[in-house]
Amino acid sequence: MSPSYPEAYFPILLQVGLAVLVAGGVLVTSHLLGRRVRNKTKDSPYECGITPVGDARGRFSVKFYLVAVLFILFDVEVVFLFPWAVVFRELGLFGFFSMLLYMALILAGFFFVWKKGVLDWAKRGR
Amino acid sequence: MLDTALFYIFAALTLGGGVLTITRRSAVHSAIWLITSLLGVAGLYLLQRAEFLAGVQVILYVGGIMVLFLFVIMLVNLDQAAKEKRFSGQKWIALACVAAVALQALWFVSKGAGRFTLGQPSIAGENLGNSEHVSRVLFSQYLLPFELASILLLVAIIGAVVMAKKRI
Repeated sequence: MSPSYPEAYFPILLQVGLAVLVAGGVLVTSHLLGRRVRNKTKDSPYECGITPVGDARGRFSVKFYLVAVLFILFDVEVVFLFPWAVVFRELGLFGFFSMLLYMALILAGFFFVWKKGVLDWAKRGR
Repeated sequence: MLDTALFYIFAALTLGGGVLTITRRSAVHSAIWLITSLLGVAGLYLLQRAEFLAGVQVILYVGGIMVLFLFVIMLVNLDQAAKEKRFSGQKWIALACVAAVALQALWFVSKGAGRFTLGQPSIAGENLGNSEHVSRVLFSQYLLPFELASILLLVAIIGAVVMAKKRI
C-alpha cells in the first residue's frame, strides 16, 4: 500500500522544516537587520497600551485549574473514541454497547461536575 | 540507516529537552523545553510504527498535560522559588541514585538483553495500520481494562472537584 515508512512521513518532515525555517528566519533577519532602540517604554510588553500594573506572574483563581484538569480528563475520554470509531463496523452492536457503558460512566462524571456548579463562573461562593 | 539516524535525532531531542527542563530558572521555560522532550518521545513512538501512540502522545501530553503544567505555574507563587539556590545539599545523594540506575541499565544491556523480546511491529503481514491493531485488541482482549478506565476517569473528575471546591 504505502511506500516505505520514513517516506510516508516525508511531507510532515517537510512541513516541520518549513515552519522552523520561517520562524527562525524571521527572528534571525530581524536580529540582523533591525534597528535597536532600547528604553523603558520600548521594553514594556505593550508599548502603546495601558501601563502594566503589578506582576504578570500573579496568582489565578483555582477555577482555571479545574477547567484545565477537566479538559484533560475529557480529552483522555475522547482519545478512546478514536480506536472505537476505527473498528466500529467490525464490532457491531457489541462494540456499541461497550462504548455506551463507557460513555455512561464518563457522563455521570460530567453531570456531577455540572450539578456541583463547577462550570458556573458567574455565581460566587457556591 | 535512516531509521537509526532518526532514532538518534529523536533521542537527542528527548534527552536534551529533559536536561534543559530541569536546568532552566524560569518555570515557563522549563515547560517549553518539556514540550520539546515530549515531542521527541512522540517521534520515537513513530519510529516504532506506533502511530496511534504517537498521536496520543502529541494530543494528550503536549496538548493537554502541558496546559495543566502551565496552569499550575500560573497558580502557585514561584517568585520565592526562583530566587533560591538550586541543586543544593542533595548533590551526592542524586549522584548515587544516578550511578545506581546507570549500573542497572548497564547490567541489563550486558546480561539480560537476550532474555526479553521486543514486541514485533504490528504492520508485519497484514495491510493494516497500527491504529486498527490497537483498536481490535482493545475491544476484545482488553475490554475490561477499557471499561475500568472510564471508572478511573470518573474518580479523577470527582477528585478534582472535591479538592478544588470549598463546599461540595
